[in-house]
Amino acid sequence: MRLELRDISKQFPGVLANDRISISADKGQVLGLLGENGAGKTTLMNILSGLYRPDSGEILIDGETRVFHDPAEAIRAGVGMVHQHFMLVPVFDVVEAVALGAETVSGPLGTFNRAAARARIVELSAQYGLNVDPDDKIESLPVGVRQRVEILKALYRHSDILVLDEPSAVLTPLETEELFGIIRSLTAGGTTVIFITHKLNEVLEVADKIVVLRRGRVAGTAVPAETTRQALANMMVGRDVELIVPKGPANPGEVVLRLKGLQVRDDRLEMAVDGVDLEVRAGEIVAIAGVQGNGQTELVEAIVGLRAIDSGEMSIGDTRIEHASPRQISDLGVAHIPEDRGRDGLINAMTVAENYILDSYHRPPYSRRGVFDLAAVAARATQGVKDFDIRTPSIETVAASLSGGNQQKVVVAREFSRPVRLVVAAQPTRGLDVGSIEYIHRRIVEQRDQGAAILIISTELDEVLAVGDRIAVMYEGRIVGILAGESATLEAVGLLMGGAEFGGAAA
Amino acid sequence: MNRLQSLARRSLLPILAVVTALLLGAVVIVITDFENLSKLGSDPIAALGGALAGVGRGYGAMLSGAFGDPGRIVTALQSGNEKDIATAIRPLTETLVASTPLIFTGLAVAISFRAGMFNIGGDGQLIVGALGATTTAIALQGVAPAAVILVAAIVVGTIFGGAWGFVPGFLKARTGAHEVITTIMLNYIAAQVVLFALRGDFLRQPGGGQPISKVMTTFVDVPGILPLPGIRLDFGFVVALVMAVVASFFLFRTTKGFELRSAGFNLTAARYAGMSAGGSIMLAMFLSGALAGMGGSFMVIGTVGQLSNDLSGGIGFNAIALALLAGLRPTGVVLAALLFGALTTGGKLMGIQSGIPFDLLFFIQALVIMFVAAPGLVRTIYRIKPPKPEAEVAA
Repeated sequence: MRLELRDISKQFPGVLANDRISISADKGQVLGLLGENGAGKTTLMNILSGLYRPDSGEILIDGETRVFHDPAEAIRAGVGMVHQHFMLVPVFDVVEAVALGAETVSGPLGTFNRAAARARIVELSAQYGLNVDPDDKIESLPVGVRQRVEILKALYRHSDILVLDEPSAVLTPLETEELFGIIRSLTAGGTTVIFITHKLNEVLEVADKIVVLRRGRVAGTAVPAETTRQALANMMVGRDVELIVPKGPANPGEVVLRLKGLQVRDDRLEMAVDGVDLEVRAGEIVAIAGVQGNGQTELVEAIVGLRAIDSGEMSIGDTRIEHASPRQISDLGVAHIPEDRGRDGLINAMTVAENYILDSYHRPPYSRRGVFDLAAVAARATQGVKDFDIRTPSIETVAASLSGGNQQKVVVAREFSRPVRLVVAAQPTRGLDVGSIEYIHRRIVEQRDQGAAILIISTELDEVLAVGDRIAVMYEGRIVGILAGESATLEAVGLLMGGAEFGGAAA
Repeated sequence: MNRLQSLARRSLLPILAVVTALLLGAVVIVITDFENLSKLGSDPIAALGGALAGVGRGYGAMLSGAFGDPGRIVTALQSGNEKDIATAIRPLTETLVASTPLIFTGLAVAISFRAGMFNIGGDGQLIVGALGATTTAIALQGVAPAAVILVAAIVVGTIFGGAWGFVPGFLKARTGAHEVITTIMLNYIAAQVVLFALRGDFLRQPGGGQPISKVMTTFVDVPGILPLPGIRLDFGFVVALVMAVVASFFLFRTTKGFELRSAGFNLTAARYAGMSAGGSIMLAMFLSGALAGMGGSFMVIGTVGQLSNDLSGGIGFNAIALALLAGLRPTGVVLAALLFGALTTGGKLMGIQSGIPFDLLFFIQALVIMFVAAPGLVRTIYRIKPPKPEAEVAA
């Protein structure tokens, strides 16, 4: 066995993050580590990479017990970690970024031997088909290539146990395919890969064996050929879950949201939304797919009144909203589930009750003549907690101490507590566990069936395909194609997301 | 029960901070007590006893300086002699007098900090408010009855302070100018404006070139609470307590207070919720300045009786420390202000009676502030776990 973790336990105050977890992987194997947020995946990998010490249990490499006091020892033992958030200096070129901290030096002054480093990087890049130009600047590289630079960094340090933490989160479907190709060439060369993810399709495609973690324990193990998505999902959550969003056909009514020739600039004054035409009708869900950073954020901010537009028309029903304030827009019946709930959707230091009234605190019954009716606030918040099954000790608990799923439920409960004509939901299920995703999707479909127009922005293809009645793909600030939900395929949407022209639908 | 527990949890660190500061102060009293230290070699037990007795005398003097001597108060009350009673309770009332402007400015700081505005300009807002009150009172002298002058002076002073606070709020909301810089600079400007105003004959005390205003107590004075000779305590203290209640209601029970706190915690979320963040900032700074200005008005019209450019004596800065000690809660501000007031008045007697230098008092105050400002330090000393251990378990 190349790598074995035996009975690893790690206690944090109040949480047993790892409870006697054992995993193992052979040379050249891909071990898929599957689990929801908080299942203990990252803790386990931080133990393997020397960041934490386990309370008990042992790490064996080639059958030999090893104790890592710090990450440097783990790296020397061959363990390389590619984090979800890249650790690269933007102004460096690839050679500098890869060699940083492991520079080959020469001469009496210990000067950096760039030529030697470059040669080795070229060799590694060719060997594993990484296709990285050693002289490119990091900041000019697309995300997918930066990730390969991170892999190069690990290989450069002679790692042959490679841990990839949620590597596909930032990639297009095409880039993900390329990554899988790289993983296969790595394993062919004898590298052991631990692939951490919460995406079922990916472990099924790339892993040789799968370990499912739940609440700090091993919930089960499986081999891709002998298991299914459904079985894995049930194992992850600990009960039967609905992977398909149950919804009937859409029943589109009149146009609620109309965008015409919309142009919006981002913070650096670049044109982020460049001529978007889109209509969303009552009773339908339009899902906007696209890789992060193609103008979706700016589009949403423009619609809800948080970002001034450059040109174009926007209306909700018969009301023009080009110059409306966020409150005027919300008063038109727009519910907004923001992309970053911790930053935009919630005030972490305030209580559940206060967050529940964050956008309607100034209206009756919550307040009269500027003074709160605390009993009414408490009554409505209690009702919201009950209706949306928000797990919280009380409505006086601060939002920061809730889990991500419950925080998002507070946001959704608040937004749906008013009469809703249009729902603008940006990444509504990002970072949530399968159970919460299921729940939030169900609530959104419920709003659609009650006649609301829904606009969902997501970078998760599975989500777009599962909930969209129509799927619009956004690329470089434009809508490059609109597909009917039932006929859209992963491949078609994936190609459009990567910028491919698609039939006559391209705008 | 839950409420009580959370109160206890909130009070723990401030109380430990004060206790620790007093303990360290005791250590300093001992090691600066050279008379006893010199005996350490020959008679260590007596030296130690003497040193500890010194600490006891010092803190004892501080206590009776701040709250009076209970035995004396009882005797005086029994005798019924007004003058005796006044002398006996004066330490206590002087503590309340010293606390009054601290309550006003502490509330001012609490409100601005709640809105995320680090208002360092309490001193300037206080003195500009005092200038407004003084000018109004002197302008109305002989024109209006004393009661009218009193109300007008306080109202104008409050508005002056509010306007002085509004300026940095406006600059922040409209241009993004950082309030720490603008409020500090406005302190200097305020001091010079007051100095300039005190040059003219209109305000200045006749005779002598000192930049001090005419004494106003001859024609207008905030009514005293106790009808005793030589007791300065007046209704300014009561108004300060009322303002604490009002501030608490405003912050936690009104929609404007909610907007203000939301903007303070998380500006983007407040914007997303449709609130006008700039409006909250300007309102908070106006109210903050107004409270400080009201505090200054009550000083010049009431307890102090005249305006000078060193009226505040750093109250605006002490207010920051005590507002933090209070956890930015109005009730806490009152308690912290009483503590600071007691330290100030008690320290005077400690200096006189025990021969411990007055500087040591500032030293202890500074220690309190330091321990309060660095809760991590107190936690480390007493090995208290942080309130919410955030385990890194997110996978």
